[in-house]
Amino acid sequence: MNAPLPTLAAADVAQRRAEVVAALGTVLPAHALLWRNEDTVPYECDGLSAYREQPLLVVLPETESQVAAVLRCCHELKVPVVARGAGTGLSGGALPHRLGVTLSLARFNRIVQLDRLARTATVQCGVRNLAISEAAAPLGLYYAPDPSSQIACSIGGNVAENSGGVHCLKYGLTLHNVLKVRGFTVEGEAVEFGSEALDAAGLDLLALVVGSEGMLAVITEVVVRLIPKPLTARCIMASFDDIGKAGDAVAQVIASGIIPAGLEMMDKPMTAAVEGFVNAGYDLSAEAILLCESDGTPEEVDEEIRRMLDVLTGCGATRLEVSRDEAQRLKFWSGRKNAFPASGRISPDYMCMDSTIPRKRLADMLRAIRRMEVEYGLRCANVFHAGDGNLHPLILFDANDPDQLRRCERFGADILETSVAMGGTITGEHGVGVEKLSSMCVQFSPEEREQMFAVKRAFDLGELLNPGKVIPLLQRCAEYGRMHVRRGLLPFAELPRF
Amino acid sequence: MHEPALQSLVDRVQEARAGHGSLNIVGGDSKRFYGGERSGESLDMRALSGISSYEPSELVVTARAGTRLAELEAALAECHQHLPFEPPRFGPGGTVGGMVAAGLSGPSRAAAGGVRDHVLGATLLSGKGEVLRFGGQVMKNVAGYDVSRVLAGSMGVLGAICDVSLKVLPLPAATATLRFEMEQAAALQQLNEWAGRPLPINASAWWSGMLVLRLCGAAAAVRAACTALGGERIDEPLAGGFWNGLRDHGDEFFVTARAAFDAGATLWRLALPQTAAPLPLAGEQLIEWGGAQRWLCSSAPAARVRDATAAAGGHATAFMGHERGGGVFAPLKSPLDRIHRELKRAFDPDGVFNNGRLYPGLCP
Repeated sequence: MNAPLPTLAAADVAQRRAEVVAALGTVLPAHALLWRNEDTVPYECDGLSAYREQPLLVVLPETESQVAAVLRCCHELKVPVVARGAGTGLSGGALPHRLGVTLSLARFNRIVQLDRLARTATVQCGVRNLAISEAAAPLGLYYAPDPSSQIACSIGGNVAENSGGVHCLKYGLTLHNVLKVRGFTVEGEAVEFGSEALDAAGLDLLALVVGSEGMLAVITEVVVRLIPKPLTARCIMASFDDIGKAGDAVAQVIASGIIPAGLEMMDKPMTAAVEGFVNAGYDLSAEAILLCESDGTPEEVDEEIRRMLDVLTGCGATRLEVSRDEAQRLKFWSGRKNAFPASGRISPDYMCMDSTIPRKRLADMLRAIRRMEVEYGLRCANVFHAGDGNLHPLILFDANDPDQLRRCERFGADILETSVAMGGTITGEHGVGVEKLSSMCVQFSPEEREQMFAVKRAFDLGELLNPGKVIPLLQRCAEYGRMHVRRGLLPFAELPRF
Repeated sequence: MHEPALQSLVDRVQEARAGHGSLNIVGGDSKRFYGGERSGESLDMRALSGISSYEPSELVVTARAGTRLAELEAALAECHQHLPFEPPRFGPGGTVGGMVAAGLSGPSRAAAGGVRDHVLGATLLSGKGEVLRFGGQVMKNVAGYDVSRVLAGSMGVLGAICDVSLKVLPLPAATATLRFEMEQAAALQQLNEWAGRPLPINASAWWSGMLVLRLCGAAAAVRAACTALGGERIDEPLAGGFWNGLRDHGDEFFVTARAAFDAGATLWRLALPQTAAPLPLAGEQLIEWGGAQRWLCSSAPAARVRDATAAAGGHATAFMGHERGGGVFAPLKSPLDRIHRELKRAFDPDGVFNNGRLYPGLCP
C-alpha cells in the first residue's frame, strides 16, 4: 500500500503460498489454516471496504504457543504478518498484505478472569469490548471506553487503535484504562508491556504499544481496569439558532469547571438526516444541537445538570430538554449513534473525516465547512465529539459522477489541512491505517516520520508486522487520505458508528 | 534555524556528537538524587522557559521545558485549574521538563492518572540533534506512534524535552479528608472494597496504624461520601499540609527515612498491584495509591526487596539513599531489555543523552 509491491506473476504468488502453507502446516492444525481463494476472500478488507487485498493465506491459531510458532515461522521465512481482530476498523489497519499472512485472533475470545477486589478483567484479545462490561455488570463494575462499534469490536483491536468513544473526556481512552498487555514480538518471543501495578520498570512501552496499529507486537491478552458503574446518568438536549453560539457553549461548559460525561454536537443537516431515521425528537429548526451528559450519584448529577442548564441558557440556547428517565436518555443518544447509517440513506456515498481540533475552533471549522460546501458544490453533515474536539464531517456525494468524486476528495483534503492549520490532528480515533497515510505527510516532517520508522525497527527490524501502514514513505507524501463509502454501504451497517 | 535558545541547545548536541561527548540534561536540579549515575557535561534547559499557550476552556497548557513547575501551577491556579496528578516538588526550582522526564506523580495518582496520562504532545531534541514534535494539543490524537507519552519517566535517555502539552482539569469543587485507625492488611482490604464503589476517593495514605482518605468532587458527592464512610474528619488547613507533605516528601515518614540513610537504609519505592498483601520486609512502610505505591525505608539487601516485590507482581526502585552503582530501577528481562537498547539507539544513536540515568548499558 505504502510503496508499490514488485509485480509478481500469479505463479510466483502460488509458489510462495505453497511454501508458507507447508511451513505453517507443521505448527498448526489443518483447520486453522485457510489458503483457498474462497476461504481467504472474506478477509480481503476490514471496516474500510474501499481498500481490498487478498492475503497470501489466513491463520486462525487457538493457543498462544501456536501464535508464537506462526510468528517464528513467518520471521524465518520473512513473511509479513497482519494481525486482525474483529475487522471493524475504519482506516484499513487490518488490510491484508498480498504476500503476507493474515493472523486472525478471533479464537482468543475467552474472559480469563474477573477480579472484583482488584477491579480488573483479564481477557483474551478477541473478546468484544461490550462483553467485558456485560461480564463485569454483576460486580457493579464496567469497562469505560465505548467506541460505538462496541458490540462487535474486540479489545485487541481497541488496544491497536487506542480507541475512544463518547465518554473519553471524563474517562479517558483505551490507554488510560489498560494496565497490561501480553503478546509476542515479531520473532515469536513472549512479552508483557505494563504491569498490574500502576507503572512498570523502565520506559513506558505500554504507551507506545497502545495505538501502534499492530506494527510493534502481536497482542493476545489484555488486563483492563474496571470502574464502578455510576449510579445514574442524565442528558440535556440543547438547541441553538447559530453554530457560533453552540461552539461557545461547549467552551463555556468546560470553562465553568464541569467535565461532562459526554458532550456532542450535531449540525442542522445531520439532525435532519437522523430524525427521519430514528425519530429521536430533535429540534429540526435548530442550527446546532448539543447533547450534554452528566453521570455519578443522584445528588452529583442534579447539581451538575443544574449548572450546565445555567451555562447553556446564558449562551443563548433556544430550547432545553433534560432526559426524564433512562429510556428518554437513550432516545436522545439514538440519533447521534445512528449518524453514519442515516447519512447513507440521504446520499449515494459519503466520506467520513476524523480530525480533531482545539475546541475553541469548532464554530470556525463549521463556518469553514459551510464555505467549502459552496466552493466544492457538495453538501456536508456534521457530528462532533465536541467535548474533545473530534470531528466527523460526512461529505455527501455520488461516486458515479467522477467530477463529484474529485471534488469530494479535495473537500476532504481541505478539512484535514484546515484541522492541522488550526492546531489539530488528522485522526482522533479511527487510526491512520492505509487510509490516512498521505495525510500523515501534512502533520509530520520527514525527520519525524523517519523517527517513527526507527521506532518500528526497534521492535521489528525486518518490518514484517503490518508493514506499509501508519507511516508514509517519502514518495507517498503527495495526497491526502479519506474514507470512501460506496453507495452508502458501510460494512457492518448495523453497527452504530461515531 | 531555530530560535536562539533552542538553536544553542541543538548546537551543543551536534558538538557532543562530533566529539563523542555526552550530555546530562538539567532543569532545576531538584531531583539530582533520583535515578542512575550522571555523566557528561550539563545541558541546562532553563533558557527554554515560559508558558507558550494556555486556554482554560481547552483544558490544555503548553509550557517550555525550563519553565518552573511553581510558575505553571500558579498560572493554572489563577484559573481554578491544576495538574491532576500532583507532581512532587522536591525543591523550589523544579521544572516542567524534569517533571515529565522523571514521570513521578503524587497522592492522587490512582484516581486521576499519572504524568503520562496527561501528556498530549511534546517537542523532543533527539540525540541526532533533530527537533521533533509528537502528539499535539488536543485530547484525541492517534496519528502515528505516541512518542510523547513515552517521554514521561524516560529520564532523558531518548533526548531533551523542549516543550510539553498537558491536559489540565478544573480544581475539585469540594474536598474532605477523613482519618481511620486501621492495621495494614485491613486498610488494604478496605481501600480496595471502597474503590469498587462509586465514591469520590481521590487519595489515600496508610502509615503506622492510621489510614487517611481524601475525597474530591462535587459538593453533594463529597458530603454524601463523608456520611457513608464515617471516620474522623480532619480540618482543611491541617489536611492540606498533610497531603502536600506526602506529595513533596516533607512528611515525617520521609524526614525519618532520610535520617536513616547514614545508618545504611534505603528509601524504596515499591509499585505493586493494589491488592497485593502486606510485604514481609523489614522496615517502615507508607502506603499510597490505594495500595499501588508503597514506600519502604529499609536496610534489607536490595535483592531481597526486589525479589519480594517482583513475587507480588510489582517492581522496586531504589528511590533515595542508596549506592547508585548497584542499579536504581528493577532490571529488565528479555525481550524488554533488547527493546530498550534498540529504542535508545533509534533516538540517540551516538549515546549523547543521560547515559546511565535509567539503566547502565543502555547506551550502544
